[in-house]
Amino acid sequence: MPDIPAILISGLTKRFGAVRALDGLELVVSAGEVHGFLGPNGAGKTTTLRVLLGLLRADAGHAELLGGDPWRDAVELHRRLAYVPGDVTLWPTLSGGEAIDLIGRLRGGLDPRRRAMLLERFALDPTKKGRTYSKGNRQKVALIAALASDVELLLLDEPTAGLDPLMEAVFRDCVNEERRNGRTVLLSSHILSEVEALCDRVTIIRDGRAVESGTLAELRHLTRTSISAELEHVPADLPGAHNLVVNGSQIHFEADADRLQDVLRTLVGCGVRGLTCRPPTLEELFLRHYQVMAS
Amino acid sequence: MTAFAGTGLLVRLVLRRDRLLLPVWVVAIGGVVSAIASAITSVYADPAQRLALGAMISGNPAMRALTGPVFDPTSVGGLIAWRATTIAAVLTALMSILLVTRHTRAEEESGRAELIGAGAVGRHALPAAAVLVASLANLATGLLIGLGLSAQGLPAAGSLALGLAIAGVGWVFTGLSVLAAQLTEGARTANAIACSALALCFLVRAAGDAADVEAVSWLSPLGWAQRLRPFAGERWWVPALIAVAGLLLLGASGLLARRRDLGAGMMAPRSGPANAAHSLRSPLALAWRLHRGALLAWTIGFAVAGAVFGTLAESMRDIVSDNPRIAELISMVGGGDTLVDTFFATELGLCGVVAGGYAVQAALRSRTEEAAARAEPVLSTAVPRWRWLAGHLAFALLGSAVILAVTGFAAGLTHGLRTGQPLTEAVRILGAALVQVPAVWVLAGLAVLLFGALPKLTALTWAALVTFVLLGQLGQLLQIDERVRAISPYFHLPQVPGGQFSAVPLVWLAGVAALLALAGIAAFGRRDLSGD
Ligand SMILES: Nc1ncnc2c1ncn2[C@@H]1O[C@H](COP(=O)(O)OP(=O)(O)O)[C@@H](O)[C@H]1O
Ligand SMILES: [Mg+2]
Repeated sequence: MPDIPAILISGLTKRFGAVRALDGLELVVSAGEVHGFLGPNGAGKTTTLRVLLGLLRADAGHAELLGGDPWRDAVELHRRLAYVPGDVTLWPTLSGGEAIDLIGRLRGGLDPRRRAMLLERFALDPTKKGRTYSKGNRQKVALIAALASDVELLLLDEPTAGLDPLMEAVFRDCVNEERRNGRTVLLSSHILSEVEALCDRVTIIRDGRAVESGTLAELRHLTRTSISAELEHVPADLPGAHNLVVNGSQIHFEADADRLQDVLRTLVGCGVRGLTCRPPTLEELFLRHYQVMAS
Repeated sequence: MTAFAGTGLLVRLVLRRDRLLLPVWVVAIGGVVSAIASAITSVYADPAQRLALGAMISGNPAMRALTGPVFDPTSVGGLIAWRATTIAAVLTALMSILLVTRHTRAEEESGRAELIGAGAVGRHALPAAAVLVASLANLATGLLIGLGLSAQGLPAAGSLALGLAIAGVGWVFTGLSVLAAQLTEGARTANAIACSALALCFLVRAAGDAADVEAVSWLSPLGWAQRLRPFAGERWWVPALIAVAGLLLLGASGLLARRRDLGAGMMAPRSGPANAAHSLRSPLALAWRLHRGALLAWTIGFAVAGAVFGTLAESMRDIVSDNPRIAELISMVGGGDTLVDTFFATELGLCGVVAGGYAVQAALRSRTEEAAARAEPVLSTAVPRWRWLAGHLAFALLGSAVILAVTGFAAGLTHGLRTGQPLTEAVRILGAALVQVPAVWVLAGLAVLLFGALPKLTALTWAALVTFVLLGQLGQLLQIDERVRAISPYFHLPQVPGGQFSAVPLVWLAGVAALLALAGIAAFGRRDLSGD
């Protein structure tokens, strides 16, 4: 079973009039992994999820969800997945508890014990009417409705956008539990620390195209390492170093992975007194992608 | 005056957002009045004909209930005022209500008002801007009517008076809808309150005019518009009354606004149950939760209207006995029973088009839900699209049947209590009311078709309803070709009670409605979900 990917997208294209929201997107999510779907606003994350839910019809390309066709088999597939929209709107006259139960039942039922536990952990008052909830609380309603049901796949569209840091921590715990229970999670986000903390693999999307995909380690491998060093004498030339900053005997620069060997050899010849190497944060990785793309 | 800071900026914003819609309203209303004027001028050129028409109306309470009395049948202007005032006034009131709600309560509900409120904008600026633009639209409508009539050679004073009367009704309902916007949290409810008030005003005036009780007609702003008496010895103090009434309503809403928070209503929201009832587990159950409030309100409103009509019906006979000449005419066509039945048929026809409004708003609830992104969470569960849409359609179809049945039953019952056969009459008039249902369903079907095929243009359903109403009310007078009038589903309904009943057109209409709805459901299954 783990051989069949939970999500398989290739060459997916979706246009809205003149706007190309998706432009040949590739995305593979293996069963049982927590997959980060990272991209700036307008990159096409929500559009991708809506295509996967059969809410939008792709113009071209192939999309497969839990072995089925997201458009044709929508109803059967929806029993096996739960979705948290990016912008949750609730029915003004239904209480939060009613909305949770309704969405859960329409999907095929939800576990009352998990529901009660989640309400407590997210500290949500389920008796309030939909129109009186703040953005964060509306998000909690959708999260609880999704997490309380027994499904194989969770599609989460920027689920922590309105949550405070305390609730974000609760959310992370929940996702980790889902992973332990063998569920697949596709987590769209532009919050890098979240993806770093939660995801096994990441796909980075920009302008409707996947620009990078792999495990965090693989992505780091592709990128530059930040190096700070204290030296006895500063070399006149440091081949392979980018963004070199010299501050007295202190230097700071970035190096490509394939040039690390050369760079370190040069440094050793200059008398190293102190050395810090830092793998790139996802943040840097992310920013770099867009700088490279933009230039 | 910091409470009004930024009003000018907001006025420009409102004008920009409505730059297309408002001119359409204004020109449409002006055009309707103009068309009525030129039709009456040409059809009733002969004074004898005008007098005959005047006598006919005086003798026909059903007609008076619909349009009001004729104050001066001798002049062309008097007849124009009689025929045009109510239609134009109701349309202008609707324009004002929808405009004010769209730019006040709907803005608060969507949260956009918060963006504006956080800027350098006073707390009354949003309603003030809406009121200014509504007043502008009302004045433009009045001016267009006045100019249009005097351009057709009618007396300037009367033309001006009619324009003022129409603008005045718009002004009163501008005030009323600002007040309604203070009372509730939802734009839908605010619209519902203001439209109910409009319906009540119509009903009060209709009852007063049908029963010939001036004091009752004076209770309604629609009655004031007529009693300004354009072309029939204008009473120039009535506009002052109208102005004061509007100001009082605005003052009251200003007081309320000061006592509440942005986004909140006067009616505090109650909390709900922590768990959903066992029955809340299907799209139909959700639709019931979303529609039940509106359906209950419409049912009560229609029951009241039916009871009023039923109470008035028997008085049709008295008028006959009062006037020997008319009595003779009446007995030639079938006697007092005919008058009673004609009255019922006319009023039920009116209820039919109003029920069309219910059906359209219920069917278009699907679009409201979709545009507000509330369809998305449901359609990403194991609910097929057709079942979700069918839930809303069910309320459009069954709900309109229920409210019409209730109207007929209430009308028959109250009438029967006076004639001594409450049950027989209740069943008879209920049956007659149900005859309207297939035409109403065509509108619901049209709404679903547009929702499925052209979701951004669902508002066209309302345009269709208004067109059908105008064709029905004015088609004959304006000598519009029968083939054009036949596009209205209401055109095909048998005139019951009293007339010849035939089930054939009803079956046809129901079939057309079913086809439209099925096509809409199929189209919805094929398209993208879309926001607004
Ligand atoms: N319904 C729509 N109509 C027109 N354009 C749209 C629609 N939905 C999304 N877009 C456009 O498609 C692009 C991708 O949007 P989206 O998928 O929402 O991005 P993300 O979720 O990554 O922020 C954006 O440029 C957006 O403006
Ligand atoms: Mg998004």
